[in-house]
Amino acid sequence: MPQALLRAENLLFEYDDLLLFEDLNFSARPGEVIYVEGPNGSGKTTLLKILCGLIDPVEGQVYWQDQRINSAASHYRENLLYLGHHAGIKSSLTARENLKWLLSLRGVRGRVEIEHALALSGLAGFEDIPCGYLSAGQKRRVSLARMFISNEKVWILDEPFTAIDKGGVATLESAINQHAEQGGVVFITTHQQMNLTVPTEHLVLG
Amino acid sequence: MWTWFHKLSSPKWFYQISGRWLPWIACAAVLFLTAGLIMALAYAPADYQQGNSFRIMYIHVPSAILAQSCYMMMAVAGGIVLIWRIKLAEMALKCIAPFGASITFLALVTGGIWGYPTWGTWWVWDARGTSMLILLFLYFGVIALQSAISTASGAARAGSLLALVGLVNIPIIKYSVEWWNTLHQPATFKLTEKPSMPVEMWSPLLVMVIAFYLVFGVVLILRLRNEILEREHKTNWVRKLIETPIESSTTSVEKTSATKRGA
Amino acid sequence: MIGRELLIAARYPAEILNPLVFFLMVVALFPLGISPEPEFLSLIAGPVIWIAALLALMLSLDSLFKNDFDDGSLEQLLISPSPIAMMVLVKVITHWFTTVFPIILLAPVLALMLHLPAEGYGALFLTLLLGTPTISLIGGIGAALTVGLHRGGVLLSLIVLPLFIPILVFSASAIEAANMGMLYNPQLAILAAMLLLALLAAPFATAFALKISINN
Repeated sequence: MPQALLRAENLLFEYDDLLLFEDLNFSARPGEVIYVEGPNGSGKTTLLKILCGLIDPVEGQVYWQDQRINSAASHYRENLLYLGHHAGIKSSLTARENLKWLLSLRGVRGRVEIEHALALSGLAGFEDIPCGYLSAGQKRRVSLARMFISNEKVWILDEPFTAIDKGGVATLESAINQHAEQGGVVFITTHQQMNLTVPTEHLVLG
Repeated sequence: MWTWFHKLSSPKWFYQISGRWLPWIACAAVLFLTAGLIMALAYAPADYQQGNSFRIMYIHVPSAILAQSCYMMMAVAGGIVLIWRIKLAEMALKCIAPFGASITFLALVTGGIWGYPTWGTWWVWDARGTSMLILLFLYFGVIALQSAISTASGAARAGSLLALVGLVNIPIIKYSVEWWNTLHQPATFKLTEKPSMPVEMWSPLLVMVIAFYLVFGVVLILRLRNEILEREHKTNWVRKLIETPIESSTTSVEKTSATKRGA
Repeated sequence: MIGRELLIAARYPAEILNPLVFFLMVVALFPLGISPEPEFLSLIAGPVIWIAALLALMLSLDSLFKNDFDDGSLEQLLISPSPIAMMVLVKVITHWFTTVFPIILLAPVLALMLHLPAEGYGALFLTLLLGTPTISLIGGIGAALTVGLHRGGVLLSLIVLPLFIPILVFSASAIEAANMGMLYNPQLAILAAMLLLALLAAPFATAFALKISINN
């Protein structure tokens, strides 16, 4: 049994009186894809943000390779790719500029990789158009293009397929498959039926 | 020490123990307040220059002192919130801020009432008064920020940070206001310039200062107890507490009955 | 990071121009509202320009983190491996450079219109140069605390304005001293000390405030 990359212990979260979840325990081993499921308002997005270290749980801890994510913050963040509902796409910047910035936050500069990723996510020909002019699906693809340049081990994807067409979904599925096969971990929320070839787990909230 | 700290910080424990303290502190507050007022009004002699109008000092000075230490306490509570995330400190922060603002306001108003018969004007831009006014602004900021944030713990954390930033700024503000004052005001107005106050004059002041702190203690405990019931109303112990007494329609009745059982 | 901030600013020239125009208008209100007498105006020119610059700067602070909060850039920033305080500092500096620096450049023109004595120009320029970055840095804490709130604008002013009072006091007194032909080094030294303190402490407080805001 390989060691867990990410592990959560006794997570509890509440907004004042509204309890979202409690006693949540799970771990993710290399190669696993974990679906986070539950009705609207059950705390899926909150849980994903807790896993990122953006939100602090009221009780409990998240461990990255057996260290608390807060104490191993910089090492953990180097291995973390988080794409939320809004993934930091500036509408005044072009797809290429946006991607370049997202990468530079992690100290990566890869001109060739950016072009490659943009092509893979179906944005060839739209690289130099400010994202404000792109459609919702295209905008989403700009942020998802991060998945094609990723060397992060943990992917946390919040509704990645919103506004994406069938062809796009298939490409992303294969990216997720590939990531898991290479020993990565994926946490994902989606309402979409997915065809994955790698082992999956279900984490049901609410 | 550490376990004591944690025990004290548990809302349930504090609710129970404060119920026991409350009558004593309240009695002491009433005692000191009455004694202080009698001393201030009857025992202290009239000022040879200002006559009887100076007696407002016995309200003004204690409230000014309390206004500043309230901010200090609020910031300390803020520090505890940010470092240890203690719920009781969150509640204390929320409870102290409005009280501190009111007492600052009281200090400003009594300053005006004192100033009018003495210098013929309700307000002078002197260093002390201006610092007090800015302190009131600082309180307003903390209160406004807290009330704008919907979750209780988020409001407390944001308020804490702001209170701490304010605390760092207070000495700088004071220094700047004094600087500004010496530039613009000939130093004729000095509010509490009393070269040698006789003991009959300052002893009522001392009693009043203690009385004000005691009143603060009573108000803080009452507000905290209310806040605890509100924030913890889903926990078992609060439910039990509220359900046991006979059908009571108002929260104040619930509270007094709870106090009795605590004692 | 700096490149991106400048690029975004360049794509929205209005963001630079609006505070500048606001600054101009507020200053124009004083002669209109009080008196156009040159002797009188020369007395109040320094403080008026300072207060107008303060207000313009404060209004522009509201948007310091707002766009980043809305489009998720802030989340990406907070989970990036680089130190957050450092990136906050970069953001505040670029904001100062794009929004406040033009105001400082415009200030002498307005000083001319308000008949500021010739001796006062140096003091006006230097105090603005030393004082406004401190305001940006402290205001950044407030902007971070209010970033997630609807209608954060007035609230932001409410919580940060009292903190700006010392800067205003020392700047105005420096200009007044200069007008009277006196030395104003002490005021400048104090302003510089405050800037240094703000540079050291404010980015950390702002980073902390951003974390608090994103938790709500």
